[in-house]
Amino acid sequence: MTTPVEKARALYAARATRTPIPPFTDAEPRLGMADGYAIQQELTALLVADGDRIVGHKVGLTAAPMQQALGIDTPDYGPVLASTVYRDGDVVPLERFIAPKVEAEIVFVLGERLEGPGVTVTRARAAMAGVVAGMEIIDSRIADWRIKLADTVADLASNGAMATSSRIIPVGELDTRLIGMTLTRNGELVDTGAGAAALGDPVAVVAWLANTLGEQGVALEPGHLILTGALHAAVPLSPGDVFRAEFDRLGPVTVRVA
Amino acid sequence: MSVSISELAARLAKAAADRTPITRLTDEFPELDIPMGYRVQRALRAETEAIAGWKLGLTARAKQAQVGVDSPIHGFLPAAGALDIGEPLETSAHIQPRCEPEIVFVLGRDLEGPHVTATDVLAASSGVAVGIEVLDSRFVDYGFTMADVVADNTSASRFVVGTPIPAEGIDLRLVGVVFEKNGRVVATASGAASLGHPAAAVAWLVRRLAAEGGGLNAGQVVLSGGLTAAVPVGPGDVVTATIDRLGTLELGCC
Repeated sequence: MTTPVEKARALYAARATRTPIPPFTDAEPRLGMADGYAIQQELTALLVADGDRIVGHKVGLTAAPMQQALGIDTPDYGPVLASTVYRDGDVVPLERFIAPKVEAEIVFVLGERLEGPGVTVTRARAAMAGVVAGMEIIDSRIADWRIKLADTVADLASNGAMATSSRIIPVGELDTRLIGMTLTRNGELVDTGAGAAALGDPVAVVAWLANTLGEQGVALEPGHLILTGALHAAVPLSPGDVFRAEFDRLGPVTVRVA
Repeated sequence: MSVSISELAARLAKAAADRTPITRLTDEFPELDIPMGYRVQRALRAETEAIAGWKLGLTARAKQAQVGVDSPIHGFLPAAGALDIGEPLETSAHIQPRCEPEIVFVLGRDLEGPHVTATDVLAASSGVAVGIEVLDSRFVDYGFTMADVVADNTSASRFVVGTPIPAEGIDLRLVGVVFEKNGRVVATASGAASLGHPAAAVAWLVRRLAAEGGGLNAGQVVLSGGLTAAVPVGPGDVVTATIDRLGTLELGCC
């Protein structure tokens, strides 16, 4: 058995060297969600000590099939670090990652501080500056994505990088459940989805996150980006790929893989 | 082939009438191919009193790749298969019903020809609507090859069409699609799930019908292809299809 700090250091080294490590749950099958978050906190502290900073949060496992696959009934979350944020159209170097996959997601930009508990969907909507088209590159520092819940939670919820469109659309009267999405790779349709794939409504994801973080006295801050979870099955990427996620009412976001 | 096209059609019609599924035809008649499957389907159509329109199947590229084909398939919609809005689906009248959400085109005028495109389809449509198709394969556990399912009129059974609205100004590629069963989201998609654009799927159908000397008639409906995987239903289930800008359609089962 190793301590959360030691496990965080192992993940930190895996990130730095792009060398995956075996799942923690192989040696310690009883590790659970709380253990995962304890490790995540230590790892985040190590990365922030290096000069990175938290610019938002990602929520994962928001789709029912993903939750069933891991045998849970709740999403998970992790920090979004400034060093992992790309702009629309940017080239993303593959060598940053170990086993990356891409996901199209609806991303909110917080306008006001939002602190749980007691955050309703209505309150969450009112706190948004707006919504943007997003793409997340997920990655696993755990070998071959052989993750159990504690492993992925510890590993910053398998976050790798993200890109968003730059036009912030006011949430206003948008029905975020019904925002349609197409994902293309090199111009070919890969998958489609709609907002409701994320916990029934992407705004509900933000409310869930605010309430969950609120239990630890952590608030969502103005300007924070909130990634609300994949609307389709994640797609592996290869050098030269151009991925484009187009969202109804939000527009497109493009990532080029080098 | 040791058996006639009409004999195969009769077997399928009997399976539907008896609500008793049969094993796929290609087990017994491996020579049955897709063109022959369409001949069986035409024999079934010839026995059908009135046609409400057409439907597309296998319009998802991923699904096509899975079964190793590169085009959709089509079937016809018997007018008697139409359910009215609010009318429940009597599951006991079926073998193994499954539901899927669709974008439905309502033809405002006749449309035919070998070079018809999505633009022509949109121009010829008086409206588009949210729809739910009820599939009901006549084969045990939906076990079939392409030739079988074509012969079985692409598993067509019942369908319900919501209130059509004009398609002008709607990008049907991007409209969000949410499919729920008993209040839970079971799948989402956007219109592009059908061949990249539902109107392109209908255009494919028109070109395909032109090859047989046919076309679409004013007033006919076209189910442009399932946008999500089909969901099995039983008594007491309610499925709800919501398509952004087109509205919501509910189908209760008894």
